[in-house]
Amino acid sequence: MLHDVFNLTLLQNTIRTATPLILAALGGLLTMHAGILNIGMEGMILIGAFFGVLGSYYFGSALAGVLLAMLSGLLIGLIFGVFTIELKSDEFIIGIAINIFAGGLTVFLLRSIFGVKGAFSSPKIVPLPDVHFPIIDKLGFLDVIFNNHSVFIYISWILVICVYIFLYKTPYGYWMRGAGEHPECLETVGVSPKRMKYISSLLCGIFCGIAGAHLSLGYLTLFTENMSAGRGFIALAAIIFGASNPIKTFGAALLFGFFDALGIRLQGVGIASQFTQMIPYLATIFVLFIVAKGKLNRKGI
Amino acid sequence: MSERIIELKNVSKQFPSVLANDNISLHINKGEIYAIVGENGAGKSTLMKTMYGLHEPTSGEVYIKGEKIKSFSPSNSIKRGIGMVHQHFMLVPSFTIAENIVLGSEPRSKRIFSDKKKAVDIVKSLSRTYGLEVDPNAKIQDVSVGIQQRVEILKTLYKGADILILDEPTAVLTPQETEELFKVIKRLVNELDKTVIIITHKLNEVLTISDRVAVMRQGKLVDVVNTREVNEKILAELMVGREVLLEDIDKPEIKGEEVVRVKDLVVKDNRGFDALKGVSFHINKGEILGVAGIEGNGQSELTEALAGMRKIEVGHVFIKGIDATGFNPKKIRELGVAHIPEDRLVTGLSKVSSITDNILMGSQFKEEFCKNKLHLKRDKIRDYAKKLIKKFDVRTPSEDVKVGSLSGGNMQKVVIAREFSFNTEILLISQPTRGVDIGAIEFIHDQIIKKRNEGCAILLISAELDEIFRLSDRIITLYEGKVTGEFKNGEITKNEIGYYMTGNRKEQV
Repeated sequence: MLHDVFNLTLLQNTIRTATPLILAALGGLLTMHAGILNIGMEGMILIGAFFGVLGSYYFGSALAGVLLAMLSGLLIGLIFGVFTIELKSDEFIIGIAINIFAGGLTVFLLRSIFGVKGAFSSPKIVPLPDVHFPIIDKLGFLDVIFNNHSVFIYISWILVICVYIFLYKTPYGYWMRGAGEHPECLETVGVSPKRMKYISSLLCGIFCGIAGAHLSLGYLTLFTENMSAGRGFIALAAIIFGASNPIKTFGAALLFGFFDALGIRLQGVGIASQFTQMIPYLATIFVLFIVAKGKLNRKGI
Repeated sequence: MSERIIELKNVSKQFPSVLANDNISLHINKGEIYAIVGENGAGKSTLMKTMYGLHEPTSGEVYIKGEKIKSFSPSNSIKRGIGMVHQHFMLVPSFTIAENIVLGSEPRSKRIFSDKKKAVDIVKSLSRTYGLEVDPNAKIQDVSVGIQQRVEILKTLYKGADILILDEPTAVLTPQETEELFKVIKRLVNELDKTVIIITHKLNEVLTISDRVAVMRQGKLVDVVNTREVNEKILAELMVGREVLLEDIDKPEIKGEEVVRVKDLVVKDNRGFDALKGVSFHINKGEILGVAGIEGNGQSELTEALAGMRKIEVGHVFIKGIDATGFNPKKIRELGVAHIPEDRLVTGLSKVSSITDNILMGSQFKEEFCKNKLHLKRDKIRDYAKKLIKKFDVRTPSEDVKVGSLSGGNMQKVVIAREFSFNTEILLISQPTRGVDIGAIEFIHDQIIKKRNEGCAILLISAELDEIFRLSDRIITLYEGKVTGEFKNGEITKNEIGYYMTGNRKEQV
């Protein structure tokens, strides 16, 4: 039974399940660096997932779906920014509000636009294409693990590098980190910390929108109610575990993806799904516990 | 006559509840060192922020290099050649020195990337030109405050400043670092043709460094004088508006037994590093033991450990012969210890509660204020609060006023009123006059001495060397968590003690 679970397919699944986490976490860590704790990623992903399906269905193009998802994410990011940065509301409250709003909005739109309850799937939804690399065809396990994935899996890896370069190699990255660490300092050198916070919030919305579109058009080809299923929060855990560093966060997201995939594989060998579905969340709590314990030990209390 | 590089005409700044600057007109000449002095809340910082463009004045006009300022913003001021070194350094702790200096106007490669190598070269050449040595690749969080201040000055010079505004630049420096800073300022002005505006409340420094002094009181400009023509006493009177008697205090010799003994204390800081590395000392009855040291050398952790607010890793604390190691704050208080914490707003007071309630804290179960440990006797408590408000000269319209609306000095008096009224034999006093004006400082010092003369054993921790020297009977210096020296007051000068505060024994210098 063990080799039914722990095999190459598990690793292949890990890469698939980690991708929405990676995309959302990349957005979230930008806001984290800019000094905003964004717990609204969950809702941003859900809205992205819905508008991805909507765009793909109506325009008959996956690209249109992705663009619409990005646009919807951008809008939510803007709303988040206006409330937390401009009106100085509590980040937590606004994050929760966005999550609740996203749940309600998608259910409402699902009924009023598609006239269905619970889930919407249709052959008219164009999924995101898979990418095939002929070069690694013959490379055995590498081919199994890395080849023939949905396009955003590969794009997410490139984005990790891009975000890393942005944060640590460009002046804008310095400004964004400065905006979080010492906003007054940034202001006195003539760069608006508010502007950097806005940019981070908008980018976070876009990244979460893509994560959602990948979920509903790449990972699956349908929309179901609450399909983000806690991924926004797990992404947040990955950011915390990865200390907001894009490379480490990428690693943390892969780890959480692994547990998600493990849950799915265990279900395949007949372990009760009520239990296997708990695995990614238990793993998240466990990892956060370790992070928190490390901090407490250092405080000496 | 020399060129007027900055000129203010009838500048006023109204904040929602207070008129911070009231119709101020002054001018600063090119190439002079201009000092602005005043008590806390006199409006110095507001005035400076207006010059730097962080505020827009409610009314009045500001001219820089003869040009009237229309839009107030720091980036415009930087373009006009004004640089500001803030009291609380504007540096990002996790960035390197070079990264901090170029922040906001980074040298670039291929237009979008920041060119780290060039930044390091720029900093090196700035260091050479101005004689301000720094390691461009060191992180801000790893260097001393003296170096951080150098970085701040380099930052303004990198941006091309020829007018430097320094806000309380010596507050965190040792006497040696202060001397070094003054040399730099003099060189900037005399050799490199810069103009320096310095804001401070330390009058002796004003007299050493400045050419002219502007004195502010309660938002108004009281006078502008030539430094040559005044002395400390005249300035103090202008600042406070009445005669100030910070004279030597009468301290009769008291021979008392040992009350507190601290042995080989090791305590960790919030990051988990050792903040105290084996500290030992004792305090006798009727004695003030002053702890001198630059902030962040273990002083905060020391008071917290003694007050029971921080875990003691190794070592022992004996209070009146009882081993009180590991006692919680309540038990320590029961042994007869009162504590004036360093940050009154974090651990000293509840801002949103009334003066009465703040004074009650710690006495809420006393039989005279509380029936059956359940029912507070409000009338008695109110009378008690009224009595203390009067005794400790808290300036407030009523005892029901929320503490948060009082001035810093009056807040501190509330803490002192409460803690001094427990009638304990041991006092832990940390930064008793931080952010408190001269008038209140006088009063607080008198109260501390009174307690000493009554026979209290007092531990006094202060960042102000003057205060340590004025009040203490004995002084220990703390550097990187270790006691580096112990002296009877009078045995050592402020200048000499500076060496011990930086870990250099006198003979090594």
